[in-house]
Amino acid sequence: MSKVKNILIAGVGGQGILLASEVISEVMLMAGLDVKKNEIHGMSQRGGSVVSHVRYGEKVYSSIIPEGEVDILFSFEMLETCRYLPLLRKNGRVIVNDWKIAPPSVALGKQAYPENIPENIRQQFPTTTVVSGLDLALAAGNAKAVNTVLLGALSNILEFDRELWLTALRKMIPPRLLEVNLKAFDSGCRIK
Amino acid sequence: MKKVLLSGNEAIARGTYEAGALVACAYPGTPSTEILENITQYQEINSSWAPNEKVALEVGIGACFGGARALVTMKHVGVNVAADPLFTLSYTGVRGGLVLVTADDPELHSSQNEQDNRNFAKFAKVPMFEPADSQEALDFTKLAFEVSEQFDTPVFLRTTTRISHSKSAVFLGERPTDIPEPKLERNPAKLVMLPGNARKRHVIVEQRTLDLEKWACQQSFNLIEKGEGKVGVITSGVSYQYVKETMPDADILKLGMVYPLPKQMIRDFAANYETLYVVEELDPFIEEQVQAMGIKVTGKAKISICGELTPGRLQQDLFGTDIPKEDTSSDLPQRPPNMCPGCPHRGVFMELNRAKAYVTGDIGCYTLGFMPPLSAMDTCICMGASIGNATGISKVLSAEEQRKVVAIIGDSTFLHTGINGLMDMVYNQAAATVIILDNRITAMTGRQENPTSGYTLNNLEAPRVDMEQLCRAVGVEHVRVIDPYDIALTRKTIREEMARPETSVIITSRPCMLVPRDNLERRTPLFVDHDKCTGCKACLRLGCPAITWDEENKKSNIDKIICTGCKVCQQTCGFDAFQECGENS
Repeated sequence: MSKVKNILIAGVGGQGILLASEVISEVMLMAGLDVKKNEIHGMSQRGGSVVSHVRYGEKVYSSIIPEGEVDILFSFEMLETCRYLPLLRKNGRVIVNDWKIAPPSVALGKQAYPENIPENIRQQFPTTTVVSGLDLALAAGNAKAVNTVLLGALSNILEFDRELWLTALRKMIPPRLLEVNLKAFDSGCRIK
Repeated sequence: MKKVLLSGNEAIARGTYEAGALVACAYPGTPSTEILENITQYQEINSSWAPNEKVALEVGIGACFGGARALVTMKHVGVNVAADPLFTLSYTGVRGGLVLVTADDPELHSSQNEQDNRNFAKFAKVPMFEPADSQEALDFTKLAFEVSEQFDTPVFLRTTTRISHSKSAVFLGERPTDIPEPKLERNPAKLVMLPGNARKRHVIVEQRTLDLEKWACQQSFNLIEKGEGKVGVITSGVSYQYVKETMPDADILKLGMVYPLPKQMIRDFAANYETLYVVEELDPFIEEQVQAMGIKVTGKAKISICGELTPGRLQQDLFGTDIPKEDTSSDLPQRPPNMCPGCPHRGVFMELNRAKAYVTGDIGCYTLGFMPPLSAMDTCICMGASIGNATGISKVLSAEEQRKVVAIIGDSTFLHTGINGLMDMVYNQAAATVIILDNRITAMTGRQENPTSGYTLNNLEAPRVDMEQLCRAVGVEHVRVIDPYDIALTRKTIREEMARPETSVIITSRPCMLVPRDNLERRTPLFVDHDKCTGCKACLRLGCPAITWDEENKKSNIDKIICTGCKVCQQTCGFDAFQECGENS
């Protein structure tokens, strides 16, 4: 792999984005690649927008993805997906969780939550995968396992051994939550 | 050697351990906070939170005078607070090595300004290292301790948000086993900075900078990477990474130490190029010094002083390339940060808004009281400023207008530098009201303990400052302690104290919702009874993330997954529509 690959993770504070980006980075490191990841803490912990950049390849310099070079937009929330679409490459991939979290202006009834988001994304990026993360997480046994469902869906379009993903999950997730999360990961893997 | 992924902050913590340091002290501040949090895993290091950055540095200085290596960390604006001891420490020098981390925040991700603390290195005559990734963060931390002892000087390690919070691969080393035992050693001519002693030390400081400058020309942390030989770039820190992305063929002089600059090395490098750039974030710190050497360079004529760099922004500034940007169109609702559901500050701000108070604000989660719909903050300058600002503004107002002035400050910020302002307010008899939002934690930076918490950084029990007694001790006669979940009481108290033509303090006492040890009992979430809800929107004035407006039914709803059951919304409802969830709801 000579080229650097770029994954931009988007969502809302509290959705488990940091853990997801940790798992992805760990997989890349175990695969023997150079990895950098970057996100903004602080204000974003208070329910604001969160983005995390993960870059991997033979040698990675900037931890910020060069604008317009996102290979995969891996989004945990519908509206947040829309903000970052312009940063994708022309043939980029989108994985989007179908969860809607109302930002303050929508919660206060001052603005409408945009409609038909998946359809609009597909017009630009026909290969987009829409995941019902919350439903699958609940089916696996814990609403908080949405991030591992989504990681399963992501693992489908990346070329890394399943065993690396499982090792990373075992390393990052507390033992008492592991079983539910492995189940959630598998349900994500089954998404075509 | 073990290879792991570490953030810059984790790597600095590890480097401190591998340098054999014995003490680490800090006041939390984004993006520096995780350094001390990670140091707690190394039992060999005595780590603690200080009430402010000045005290943190003074503790570090004491440890280094005792002969130990000491780390002190802070965000960029923290160095303003610690500047007083810093400038004189530069004169005394050290005994054990002292490293001061300044974590700068270009782009103001979580700060009130984007000052460039490289200027402090020059101003205080203190050498400064600047890592470009996590491996360098670890290596330069160890190096900084060595340089501190070798040149008898405190040493700065400067990070930026993108270094502190980015993870990259790091090889771990070991802690030395031959750490010298600290013991007292008197040297008053060096450590007592009376004018007669300090005059002599100043001469030594000037020579030290010259020595460091010559020495730095021979060191591998300042290095030249050969490209195609056509274009030269001088850069450092995270900017180096963006240069590698944007100009992969350029020859690069990468500076590991940004003060003092290796002048001869720069002259030799610069002589090779017709086109020479200096690529740096924020101020033209390197550029101006290079220009003062009579070398022609391009820097801030093209590259913005404001904000952080990215690969795309550098490309755009230098070569005019159009770069894609994230969608900021108005039909995509913004998602600003908000106080958490159940935050005890929320009701206080709603009542300040209703009372039409002029609120001098401060630094913490509660600065979010500025955001609509609470919209109850009129000023915010720096840590502790709210109280002095209230005193000052009430000096120039009529008696009637004075009554509108309310200073609002959190417990941690109050103990940081607010207490001095309160002494002044009482002493000089300003007729303002001070509200201390006491949630017993430094919440904004991620819930760090402070002297009101009853716990230390290492989660050991500690004496707790009694806020009420403290305010009375400085001379405040009217101190009232209230529960901010009681909205009627909060409203009444705020109005009464605002009307009082004397200094008064209201302490709102309620632990942060996110601190598990203080909120063991999970309360029952509420729901909105749509038969009773009239759609009056009174509850929406709280801006609680758990309450959403249902446009279709013209009623409010509660997200029971995030509702904490604080019942503040229940008290805003005139129609009894907010009910506790039962077994079946």
